[in-house]
Amino acid sequence: MLYRVIRRTLSATLSTHRQTAYNNQDTPFDFTEANYKEVDSILAKYPPQYKRSAMINLLYLAQKQCNGWVPLAAMNKISKILEVSEMDVYEVASFFTMFNREPVGKYHLQVCGTTPCMVRGAREIIKTIENECHILKNQTSKDGLFTLTEVECLGACVNAPMIQVNGEEVYEDLTPETMKNLLDMWKAGKEPNVGPQNGRKNSEGPMGRTCLKCEPQAAQFRDFAKVKEDYANKKAEEAKKAEAKKAEEAKKAQEKK
Amino acid sequence: MPNSSLNNNPINMLHQLKRYFRASSRLLNTIEVFIDGNSIQVPPTFTIMQACHKAGVNVPHFCFHDRMAISGNCRMCLVEVERIMKPIASCAYPVSPGMRVKTQSEMVYNARGGVMEFLLANHPLDCPICDQGGECDLQDQSVVYGYKQGRFLEYKRAVEDKDYGPLVTTIMTRCIHCTRCIKFSEEIAGMPVLGTTGRGRETEVGTYIGRLMTSELSGNLVDLCPVGALTNGPYAFTARPWELRIINSFDVLDPMTPAIVVNTRGPEVMRVLPRIHDEINEEWIHDRSRHAFDGLKQQRINACLVKTQDGFKEIDWEQAINMAAEKLNQVSGDEVVGVIGEHMDLEAIVAFRDFMYRLGCENIEARRHGIQVSADFRANYLMNSKITGVDESDLVLVVGTNLRTQHPVLNARIRRCVTQNDLKVAVIGPSESLGYDYKHIGNSAKTLKEILDGTHPFAKKLEKAKLPMLILDSSLLKREDGEAIMALVQELGNKYKLVNPEANWNGISILNSSVGNIGALELGITSKHIPGFKPKIVYLLGADNFRPEEIPEDAFVIYQGTHGDEGAYRANLILPGAAYTEKSGTYVNIDGRVVMGRLATSPPGQGRSDWEILRALSEVMGHTLPYDDLQEIRYRIAELAPHLVKYDYVEPYNQTEWITKAKKGDVVESVFADQVDNFYMIDAISRASPVMAKCSAAFNHLKNSNFVPEFPNR
Repeated sequence: MLYRVIRRTLSATLSTHRQTAYNNQDTPFDFTEANYKEVDSILAKYPPQYKRSAMINLLYLAQKQCNGWVPLAAMNKISKILEVSEMDVYEVASFFTMFNREPVGKYHLQVCGTTPCMVRGAREIIKTIENECHILKNQTSKDGLFTLTEVECLGACVNAPMIQVNGEEVYEDLTPETMKNLLDMWKAGKEPNVGPQNGRKNSEGPMGRTCLKCEPQAAQFRDFAKVKEDYANKKAEEAKKAEAKKAEEAKKAQEKK
Repeated sequence: MPNSSLNNNPINMLHQLKRYFRASSRLLNTIEVFIDGNSIQVPPTFTIMQACHKAGVNVPHFCFHDRMAISGNCRMCLVEVERIMKPIASCAYPVSPGMRVKTQSEMVYNARGGVMEFLLANHPLDCPICDQGGECDLQDQSVVYGYKQGRFLEYKRAVEDKDYGPLVTTIMTRCIHCTRCIKFSEEIAGMPVLGTTGRGRETEVGTYIGRLMTSELSGNLVDLCPVGALTNGPYAFTARPWELRIINSFDVLDPMTPAIVVNTRGPEVMRVLPRIHDEINEEWIHDRSRHAFDGLKQQRINACLVKTQDGFKEIDWEQAINMAAEKLNQVSGDEVVGVIGEHMDLEAIVAFRDFMYRLGCENIEARRHGIQVSADFRANYLMNSKITGVDESDLVLVVGTNLRTQHPVLNARIRRCVTQNDLKVAVIGPSESLGYDYKHIGNSAKTLKEILDGTHPFAKKLEKAKLPMLILDSSLLKREDGEAIMALVQELGNKYKLVNPEANWNGISILNSSVGNIGALELGITSKHIPGFKPKIVYLLGADNFRPEEIPEDAFVIYQGTHGDEGAYRANLILPGAAYTEKSGTYVNIDGRVVMGRLATSPPGQGRSDWEILRALSEVMGHTLPYDDLQEIRYRIAELAPHLVKYDYVEPYNQTEWITKAKKGDVVESVFADQVDNFYMIDAISRASPVMAKCSAAFNHLKNSNFVPEFPNR
């Protein structure tokens, strides 16, 4: 019980930097030549005085280049490119949970733990990964292959439960068995198929494709000629009534005289 | 335009009238708002909080600070505005015509109570051991808005403490994330090393990489912090605010003489805090002003000492005075030299001057190593544009000084103007990081010459500027070619609009390095320079910063001062004086502003006010000085210089005309070097201070950045 409380109370990642041999200010980092082209194309999207808008994109690019994490040196480099203080980059990088500021395994398994997935068995998925890879949440396996984190809704609740790997590929409709299968394939160096793992196509319902099967009906248009005629008739009727009323009033007035 | 009313030219007056109407129409255009039902007229640029303050209604707040940007994240200043559903953060919401604000309604109390409950949810209940206790905004406001009972049953979060250096102690668990310290480091100190990292519950304020806060203004973080997260390191656990006596004074360790509060308990100075003075320091002081006072408790001279063969021997005042009198009587006045120290008050300087003149001695020196410019007119040695001139100026040329280490408070003002008024700064001299963008245009007087010729590209900018300023460090005037540099600068002033009589503007501002220096110049004390002159007696009045070779080896040295520093080391006879917190004295700052430092504690041991010692000595020698108390000596000052008894006031002087012109000469084109190699130790008091020693050890190696940080695109 106490263990659980402590695990819940302690944060998953630290909000501050820890100086390590593999991650410090002197660690060399530079974007590759290909990525510099990418940097230029990203910067071109923003006005030069608002360069800093490109910060998240550049951090993501750096994360991709460094196998899934952003070293401190990369943040410093980005601060130089964007002409902002280093602290500004640290703030952004530490705010967003999708930036890993510590190294992760080759496959960063982000299991969705939000309500629909949880109802559909996300906890079993997590347990499977924990047992198969001998890791707990926020840990990396000894062989450096897997890192497990629990994340919030990944936006495919129809295919719950699901995991996202390295922030890109998603594997849906999981069961403990299919999850184990996936892990085994990765361990064997194979790449499993992306998407639903129960043979379902995208997010089709259990009865296959049911809607949008027939030809779409033509849109119904209003008959403007008729509408116009109706309107004219109505007007004429009203005019008649008003005339009759006027005539009656005139008659009454004459009688009084 | 400064003092434009002094200008009697009718055309100018017309211009000023026009300007007045232009400005006043904007000012007079006020709107009516209602604060708690009371109507009040405010300019449309006001926020609700400003309007409330104008109406005399206090709005509680944590993150809002007058001199920094609005962040609006503490939500404590919520008020109710009629016809707006939700409570509104008044610090960030502009007023609109006819707005009806309620600051005391039930909704407001509930809203603020809710905010307070959330702030207290993770705030530790350690007020009894917190240094902020008694002057804590959170404590004060929770008395009004806090609920009786907490509903938060979860574990409180704990945040690891950060290391900002020896001056600022952090207990980050107490932090309520008001971000004032972040704004300060970014906007005022110009050193954006602080920020919020993490998100949600894990948010932390800090430097992320665990670096120190190396700014010279870092002590101000403690004043800004509304809770006890950042506390005064050296003051930790020493006193409670209600035990302290408050003495409003002025600091002399900085020649700007920032307004300070000296807090004492019994006979001891406990801490020094800044006081608001818009024309000097706004509300900041640098770390030496704030923390060097503990040097007043170390290395003190608390008894009269005489040098014998077995070292210094303690003697009583009578013996000491008699010995000094005897020695001085043995020689003629010509063979005596008097040296005035950096922190001397006007009273001591006047007494010293009168005393030395009565002995027949005219060799009194205050200007370290001899300033080469005449002291006849104030424009020659003061900051002619005034400190507030920075606010009006549109171009500043800094010559021969690193403002960040020599005048950090002035540098903060310039930084504010750079960001708010679009002030442009150029530097000739050391090109260190100043905390704002500036253009480094040269290293030596050669650049000044080029600007004068018009060959330098900066000359065009100077020509276009309306009220340009040239900040010149007085250390340049102490060089052998000092007078030639001054002549060069005066020529520059006349060629460009640096000196502009129409606007009553003189932008040539000379930054003096000490109040003793300025005080002596104000009283017209300058010495004749006689090369090869060897005095028989040297009287050091609190003078410590001199070169040992300036005093002949066989001279008898009388040192009257406070600290066992350079002066006492060389002295044959030591008379214990009083430091700036231990005497009532007046000083003149770089503006020419006369400020009054007040007595906070008495001098230790046998120490006496400096003028009293001189008065006693003069009586023994038979040249009795004609004043017996502070009042009489100030009458004497008024006799010599009437403007020196108008306190906290700058006497207007003819600043737009060079009455004495400096002689032109050959300017040596050597590099203008940084004059301060260690910001934390530049005088006897700070050299004796353990806190300053810690700072030197912790910070100086981090400040060896003799380059401007640049942002290469790749």
